[in-house]
Amino acid sequence: MQAKKRYLILLSAGACLALLFYLGGVELPAARRSRQDRSRSGYRPEQPWPHYSDPLHGFVPWDQTDTEDYNLHISARQKRDVNRSVYRGKRCRMDSCFDFSLCQKNGFKVYVYPQQKGEKISESYQNILSTIEGSRFYTSDPGQACLFVLSLDTLDRDQLSPQYVHNLKTKVQSLPLWNDGRNHLIFNLYSGTWPDYTEDLGFDIGQAMLAKASIGAENFRPRFDVSIPLFSKEHPRTGGERGFLKYNTIPPFRKYMLVFKGKRYLTGIGSDTRNALYHVHNAEDVVLLTTCKHGKDWQKHKDARCDKDNAEYDKYDYKEMLHNSTFCLVPRGRRLGSFRFLEALQIPTTVRSIHQDKILSLRQQTQFLWEAYFSSVEKIVLTTLEIIQDRVLEHGSRSSLMWNSHPGGLFALPQYSGYLGDFPFYYATLGIKPYPKFTAVIHAVSPLVSQSQPILKLLVAVAKSQYCAQIIVLWNCDKPLPAKHRWPATSVPVIVIEGENKVMSSRFLPYETIVTDAVLSLDEDTVLSTTEVDFAFTVWQSFPERIVGYPARSHFWDSNKERWGYTSKWTNDYSMVLTGAAMFHRYYHYLYTHYLPTSLKNMVDQLANCEDILMNFLVSAVTKLPPIKITQKKQYKETMMGQSSRASRWADPDHFAQRQTCMNKFASWFGAMPLVHSQMRLDPVLFKDQVSILRKKYRDIERL
Amino acid sequence: MKHLNRRSFFCSFLSDGGASVMYASGKYSSRGPALIPRMKTKHRIYYIALFSVVLLGLIATGMFQFWPHSIESSAEWTLEKGSVHDAPLIRLPASSPIPERGDLSCRMHTCFDVYRCGYNPKNKIKVYIYPLQRFVDEFGVPISSTGLSREYNDLLSAISDSDFYTDDVTRACLFIPSIDVLNQNSLRIRETAQALAMLPRWDKGMNHLLFNMLPGGPPDYNTALDVPRDRALLAGGGFSTWTYRQGYDVSIPVYSPLSADVMLPERQPGPRRYFILSSQTAIHREYRAELERLKEENGEALLLLDKCSNLSQGAASARKRCYKGQVYDYPQILQESSFCVVLRGARLGQAALSDVLQAGCVPVILADSYILPFSEVLDWKRASVVIPEEKLSEMYTILKSIPHRQVEEMQRQAHWFWEAYFSSMKAIGLTTLQIVNDRIYPYAARTYEQWNNPPVVKWSSVNSPLFLPLIPPRAPGFTAVVLTYDRVESLFRVITEISKVPSLAKLLVVWNNQNKSPPEESLWPKVGVPLKVVRTKENKLSNRFFPYDEIETEAVLAIDDDIIMLTSDELQFGYEVWREFPDRLVGYPGRLHLWDHEMGKWKYESEWTNEVSMVLTGAAFYHKYFNYLYTYKMPGDIKNWVDAHMNCEDIAMNFLVANITGKAPIKVTPRKKFKCPECTAIDGLSLDQTHMVERSECINKFASVFGTMPLKVVEHRADPVLYKDDFPEKLKSFPNIGSL
Repeated sequence: MQAKKRYLILLSAGACLALLFYLGGVELPAARRSRQDRSRSGYRPEQPWPHYSDPLHGFVPWDQTDTEDYNLHISARQKRDVNRSVYRGKRCRMDSCFDFSLCQKNGFKVYVYPQQKGEKISESYQNILSTIEGSRFYTSDPGQACLFVLSLDTLDRDQLSPQYVHNLKTKVQSLPLWNDGRNHLIFNLYSGTWPDYTEDLGFDIGQAMLAKASIGAENFRPRFDVSIPLFSKEHPRTGGERGFLKYNTIPPFRKYMLVFKGKRYLTGIGSDTRNALYHVHNAEDVVLLTTCKHGKDWQKHKDARCDKDNAEYDKYDYKEMLHNSTFCLVPRGRRLGSFRFLEALQIPTTVRSIHQDKILSLRQQTQFLWEAYFSSVEKIVLTTLEIIQDRVLEHGSRSSLMWNSHPGGLFALPQYSGYLGDFPFYYATLGIKPYPKFTAVIHAVSPLVSQSQPILKLLVAVAKSQYCAQIIVLWNCDKPLPAKHRWPATSVPVIVIEGENKVMSSRFLPYETIVTDAVLSLDEDTVLSTTEVDFAFTVWQSFPERIVGYPARSHFWDSNKERWGYTSKWTNDYSMVLTGAAMFHRYYHYLYTHYLPTSLKNMVDQLANCEDILMNFLVSAVTKLPPIKITQKKQYKETMMGQSSRASRWADPDHFAQRQTCMNKFASWFGAMPLVHSQMRLDPVLFKDQVSILRKKYRDIERL
Repeated sequence: MKHLNRRSFFCSFLSDGGASVMYASGKYSSRGPALIPRMKTKHRIYYIALFSVVLLGLIATGMFQFWPHSIESSAEWTLEKGSVHDAPLIRLPASSPIPERGDLSCRMHTCFDVYRCGYNPKNKIKVYIYPLQRFVDEFGVPISSTGLSREYNDLLSAISDSDFYTDDVTRACLFIPSIDVLNQNSLRIRETAQALAMLPRWDKGMNHLLFNMLPGGPPDYNTALDVPRDRALLAGGGFSTWTYRQGYDVSIPVYSPLSADVMLPERQPGPRRYFILSSQTAIHREYRAELERLKEENGEALLLLDKCSNLSQGAASARKRCYKGQVYDYPQILQESSFCVVLRGARLGQAALSDVLQAGCVPVILADSYILPFSEVLDWKRASVVIPEEKLSEMYTILKSIPHRQVEEMQRQAHWFWEAYFSSMKAIGLTTLQIVNDRIYPYAARTYEQWNNPPVVKWSSVNSPLFLPLIPPRAPGFTAVVLTYDRVESLFRVITEISKVPSLAKLLVVWNNQNKSPPEESLWPKVGVPLKVVRTKENKLSNRFFPYDEIETEAVLAIDDDIIMLTSDELQFGYEVWREFPDRLVGYPGRLHLWDHEMGKWKYESEWTNEVSMVLTGAAFYHKYFNYLYTYKMPGDIKNWVDAHMNCEDIAMNFLVANITGKAPIKVTPRKKFKCPECTAIDGLSLDQTHMVERSECINKFASVFGTMPLKVVEHRADPVLYKDDFPEKLKSFPNIGSL
């Protein structure tokens, strides 16, 4: 019994211990977990780095700058020379491989080597060369040039390509001005070939800059090379289509979220990315299609997925997909640096997390970039040249804002001003307003003979405007300047400038005397009242980037003659506002003078006509918007020929025909018709309303 | 403090454990009386012994569980509170491996493992900081002469206080060593490299970030840190274009210790006493000679300062500059100049740049091939002038050609750059992390405007969401949204009138009456376009601005159920005008806000005025995007306020659109005698003074919520080109305009 009891007790004690260990055993992992939890959320949740309060030393002792007396070291000039000899080839930078001094004398001028007989040049390269030759940077004198462009076609350096130019190495080396490629720019679209697709051009480019499509980060020399988009030989030389975005639909999502359609390669460079795409393809809103059909012997590499993929591939129409997708995938192909397989897998989640406001603005930005820099060969080439010019004239280069917002770097010329507020485009972004006064520029072509001449009445009326800062009379008349006292006394300064060569284009010269943002451009025989001038200026303040004015005209496509037509008839819409009575930003004076080619300006000068049409072309090309006509149509100019001043050019019967010719000439230079129609005009709020005339601010406008 | 908590927790566990044991024994003893009489004392001892064992076992288990932990935490606690001298000492064996030199071809996609950062909804990288260790070589000599510097401690403290920080090494995607390499001069290169390689997560430097401000050393002064560092990212001050790995390294400023010591008074941008100031002390003599020559040519406009020869060296001398015996306070003197020269020294990065920016002086940077601080995101064109060293002699001419307004703009921008990105080690550190973050989550990256616009510009500038100049095609037409309650007869007349407009694509009737069903389908007027009726859950005014899926066009015509006076020509013309201004409200009745000087507040005006700042949404075209904005992005409590007051939804919409686009609405066609459209709001409120007073109240309320008055006043309206012209009416596109 005793023993039995003892055993019983022993057993129960054992059971107790077992229970204890069991409990302990449960506790153990629990405790361990709680420890882990704490280690994750931090032992010291508020002060993870101990914010040491010791008196610590500063990282730079006070006396260090003195002891490191730079005077002891080699001269800066020597240092620059050392850089120039060390950093060559792959390590070229503007500082080491570019001779800035060539650009100092004559500014940024580009020379194109004369084409050699028997050298074949591809259409694309020909387009590049003719763009440069037609641009304002071009010089035919190598002595004036700061940048040199080869006439040897370097676009396609794929040895298997029919466009490949052989013996380029010797041809380049034998160029007399080559100078180891210094200050040379080489354009390239394709380099290397199957299977490794190197980015080497197959000849020694020396110190030349590369403007190349698909440069990998490894070979790209920052701030030296220029990365350009890959374009096909069908890419238009000038003009180019506008982007396809027509609507900003809300919500911005389209039928597909993400699409891609292309070759899969199966093996070799770039295949791992594209082989992975099927993981994300869901045939609903993510449609990533690849085909195995590539090259002649694709069947050899064929894998299990090929038949299914090829069938799926044929089901979708490429264009339909592109136009109906919110995002388009751009996976690497054979060429172009390294991209990661997993990144592709992540895209749909990433893409889905993008907020719809962001989609709306991203989409519009793509259109802006396309239209500003990509839509034609000309834009691509000019952008390349402007990028290099920005580096050459570093203190007079464009800010990122100028490159990345409408109307883009090709239309925003930094040589005009470095201050963004001097341009008509950035008022809203900077939160500022244009200067609240204007300068009137009256174009005088007939001699001053009587005191009742329209120009004098105009002068008085304009000077009375509360917004008028000054009046400039541009004397483009063959007769000498009239005596000062012949001009009426006005409360604002009247400055008479004798026109340079008395040519038409001089009315749009960027005179330094124009200190206001707004310019009121006037013909000498324009009839305007002070009220009309005031109203024009108040309207312009709302649309500082457009032409705002009175006489409106329209253009149309004449399908019989297959050309553009110009009309001054009564129409329900208009696309031009003539500069005989129009308000616009003074920047357009600069752009007219410095952006437009000499050929067009010469044409205007020789005809003494069409300057107003050209200005409308220019402004609409920049804004992509119509001008703004204000108030009613007056009997004006072409419809009242010969009534006012007999000498008026408007009385010339050829005048109208010339304007048709101008239209077509201008349209061909711009590569497209930039003019845009508008169906509305702006009137004062109470214009002809049935309310007492005394309540109306612009009552004179109603008395025609 | 936290430690104490932990200790008390431990104690309480013990007492808990004790209590439970007591309880158990108590329980046993409660059963005791039945057992004990039958037990012998021997047994009782046995039981007591047994329970002692159990108790001890429990205690031992508790000790086992918590003892080591409490030791661990108390060790860290001392480290936390204590000084840097308590950091563990690590002896580096001479044979310790040395990392490879930095790889110049490193880019984010080759040398950085972005997958460690993972996809996370906050789009924020997680940063881990190694605990401080004191590294010494075999002979016990420290690897750095200064150890942890004040600045690096500030930097790491700031990062650990930020959202980027994690103390969980397994979740981190970026690692920051606590080894201070800010100044290469105080480092032993080889040993520092060995120390880096010893870090537990070093892994060839992958995802590690080093901060260095003073790279290189005599005689050739490399422009990047000389410490071999494998693939580690370098945030370096003074990179040149040859050492900077674009898109991988981050170029940072050289911190100026004066930033923390000196408070400069606020100085408005504008002309200053000197035109150009040179205040650096260690300028190469070639450049000093060049500057002297410029001074000779241009006289007083230039001020050339150097260190004071008569002052003893030390902290005080850093605050003084001299010119011909005259002493100037530094950096205060920088505020007296429009431009300040920042020349390269032995190094490209100069702390003077920071002082110059702080003073709102425009830096003129002469340091060829220098990668400006944070140039990946900052637009230095707007805050500085960069001149090639060779053109130092032309500096005066170049600077003179800059327009005054641009100089003022640059002064403002320069000071703002300092304030936001240069002013403290915290600013520098967090900016660096944000840049890395922007690379890893590019779709959530900060915009150019966010980086570069100072608050005052951010506040006054507008970035219209519909910024592309685009005139949408006519073809899709517009959707008319008619808000109605129960005026069926009037509604049907409106529907019949609108259906005559050629570009009408769809009619959407928002039935805002919950107590009454809309009329049967057969009773509705027959129209040539789809007609949909939406029944709302609550009678709210904001229902009219909901972005219904049924609205498939961009253009929306909001129209009240009693606006029957608009002709088909007027509506069609309104749509054509909207196409030319798709980012604006284009409407018929125009209204104005005025400042009431007597009352000192805004007033609503519906009289015949020469100006317009609002159009009523009783009849207005606008982009569907604004429906979305009104419903989801209306600031403050405006939406609820409008629904509660059953008024002013149109004013709210005008505020919203003007605020986001910065543009005035467009009033179209002459004024008609609308029978007070404001008064037609749902319940047919009568025209009375209180209603107008309420609308004035709305303007004041909304202006205070928006924090500004966004409405823009204009003096024009839109009419058809040939309106009122002496021209045959039948040849006009829109002849029927303005007839009453």
